[in-house]
Amino acid sequence: MKISGAEIFLEALRREGVKVVFGYPGGVVLKVFDVLYDEKEIKVVLSRHEQGATHMADGYARATGRPGVVLVTSGPGATNTVTGIATAYMDSIPLVVFTGQVPTKMIGNDAFQEADIVGITRPCTKHSYLVKDVADLAGAIKEAFYIASTGRPGPVLVDIPKDVFLDKAEFRYPEEAKLRSYNPKYAGNKWQIKQAAQAIAKAKKPVIYAGGGVLLSGAAEELRDLAEITQIPVTLTLMGLGGFPGTHPLFLGMLGMHGTYQANMAVYRSDLVIAIGARFDDRVTGKVEEFCPEAKIIHVDIDPTSIKKNVHVDVPIVGDVKHVLRDLNTMLRELKEPWEAIRKAWLRQVAEWQAEHPPAYEWSDEVIKPQYVIEKIYDLTGGDAIITTEVGQCQMWTAQFFKFNRPRTFLNSGGLGTMGYGFPAAIGAQMAFPDRLVIDIAGDASLEMNIQELATAVIQRLPVKVAILNNRFLGMVRQWQELFFGGRYSSSDMTGQPDFVRLAEAYGAVGLRAEKPSEVEPVLKEAFRISRPVLIDCVVDRYENVFPMVPAGKGNHEMIFGQEKKSSERGLRAVG
Amino acid sequence: MRHIISIIVENKFGVLSRVAGLFSGRGYNIETVAVGPTLDPEVSQMTIVTNGDDQVLEQITKQLNKLIDVIKVVDLTEKEFVERETALIKVAPPPEGRAEVLRTAEIFRARIVDSSPKTSTLQVTGDEKKIAAIIELLKPYGIKDLVRTGKVAIARE
Ligand SMILES: Cc1ncc(C[n+]2csc(CCOP(=O)(O)OP(=O)(O)O)c2C)c(N)n1
Repeated sequence: MKISGAEIFLEALRREGVKVVFGYPGGVVLKVFDVLYDEKEIKVVLSRHEQGATHMADGYARATGRPGVVLVTSGPGATNTVTGIATAYMDSIPLVVFTGQVPTKMIGNDAFQEADIVGITRPCTKHSYLVKDVADLAGAIKEAFYIASTGRPGPVLVDIPKDVFLDKAEFRYPEEAKLRSYNPKYAGNKWQIKQAAQAIAKAKKPVIYAGGGVLLSGAAEELRDLAEITQIPVTLTLMGLGGFPGTHPLFLGMLGMHGTYQANMAVYRSDLVIAIGARFDDRVTGKVEEFCPEAKIIHVDIDPTSIKKNVHVDVPIVGDVKHVLRDLNTMLRELKEPWEAIRKAWLRQVAEWQAEHPPAYEWSDEVIKPQYVIEKIYDLTGGDAIITTEVGQCQMWTAQFFKFNRPRTFLNSGGLGTMGYGFPAAIGAQMAFPDRLVIDIAGDASLEMNIQELATAVIQRLPVKVAILNNRFLGMVRQWQELFFGGRYSSSDMTGQPDFVRLAEAYGAVGLRAEKPSEVEPVLKEAFRISRPVLIDCVVDRYENVFPMVPAGKGNHEMIFGQEKKSSERGLRAVG
Repeated sequence: MRHIISIIVENKFGVLSRVAGLFSGRGYNIETVAVGPTLDPEVSQMTIVTNGDDQVLEQITKQLNKLIDVIKVVDLTEKEFVERETALIKVAPPPEGRAEVLRTAEIFRARIVDSSPKTSTLQVTGDEKKIAAIIELLKPYGIKDLVRTGKVAIARE
């Protein structure tokens, strides 16, 4: 029996096990929204902006590991997804984005609401399809999900003209997607892995530097095994947080521009860097020649283009992190080295660095320090929450002061650094886990970039929490202006921000405010008790900076430290 | 260094722009590109000439391989290969130069493929040096138009 393209679309989503579609309708996709109207198994979440829908799908994907699905109309609907797609692309997040397109015959005619979305998104998608014949629709959807979620994951766009949704064809869903030109390799080369094992056995001052690849490949357990077998300390990138327990004695904290002193020094002084699912991003390496000048480098990554892109690599291993680490751990166990004894001196050195500059901030009785809010969220939740962040200081403080013990509990835009990501991502994560506590730790300015999704949260009855670290500045911009532009706060003062409590109420959500340090805990407690969306307006110190910091262009060992030097007992105790 | 890259791709719309976009998005220049069908109608072959040091070329090759529609990438520069290019050259020599143009054509085994009272169009095929040499020799006689196919190359057995 022949069915319409819209019905094929729906049936294909069912076969892929899709539970939620984040979307927004418009002219050319009315038929498919009509079909979805009666659908019981697949929930449609109507966002208030297509960018919001795309970040929601991204948050859903990061929290679950399954591809997030987006459905929008042509033209402006499609172009509104671009930032969301680029955000997912930079962090290798699996998304399948369906865009409606003008009818096949009108493509290229500058028809009403036509945009060449395949062309526009070509540089920020893993792959894309323009489906010109309904007979090809099922196959394209099958391939899109397959490509998005295998190998190095990423967003795939499927552009479907209006007539293709209306035309009819037999529904034939391929059992599996087979592409002669795309066969991701998961197992690493055994010989190379052996080289890595030998290098590890020989190293005196090794350090593991792991990134988002650990989470994408589901390899947190294998990473922990590697560290524990060999007693090698672990530092994580922003994207890797949660991939190794934040409270583990071998954990050094994050590295890079706002990393810990011990992590950056350990890498700087190390004789072997074991890079796992990380890509030597410039925010991580600082001045790249001074990143690990004395070290050999082992690099494990599923994407060969990541290897030797920015640094010379001594032992490259192309493969899936989980597969490679399993093999590597087996070899290392067989070596039966006296790992603890070998590592003693190095771990003592690392501990000294930690004692020299532990993460800390200056406490105040009068004004709320933003770091304190994050610590309190950690204390009150016991770390058992899904945390998203916006971009800027709020993001860096969260990375520094929240201890992530479990994978997929810290969702943030690392690669693109998209302000406005955190709130819709929290909504997406909450859709996946209705019973978990999901909190967006937000800058006031970032939140405003997608504040309209408060309506979505309210209507979907999602109890997401937003802790606004409200400094009425583009905080991170102001920090750079203070440090590098003589305190000239050009276009970064956000004085005149709305009253977020009343804003929340206007949307039908709950608004709470903390203005003094003593109010933080009770207000957070109250917010976590309420099973509705809550905006928590934390009025924080306007001039707090993120430290330590590696100034742009400097080596990671040339960190600058701020107020922390003046840290009071309270501050140190709070974070020690 | 100059590299000649041979790429086998799925014969689908948009492939050329994916390949080209990969170069332009990284600020790499394509010197010449030639595309054509292969024996298998579902597959096309591209020959791209580009410039870059070894590290740049390693990235380009890996990135090309990463494109979903790319089946195979070979950097011919690392191998023994034959390269050819065809040029169509339209000259408008003064009457006293015509004989010289014909002589030059003969030496380079170029064929006259079109002529009018005032112009002749020569077709010449060869490697880069040969094409450069004939252009140089014809210049004094007034080249009105010049079209080149871009290189095609094939590995030697
Ligand atoms: C969409 C977007 N525009 C601009 C920037 C540049 N930028 C990075 S951080 C930042 C300030 C963010 O301010 P806020 O959200 O209040 O967070 P804070 O740094 O104060 O914690 C800006 C403007 C960005 N990352 N994303």
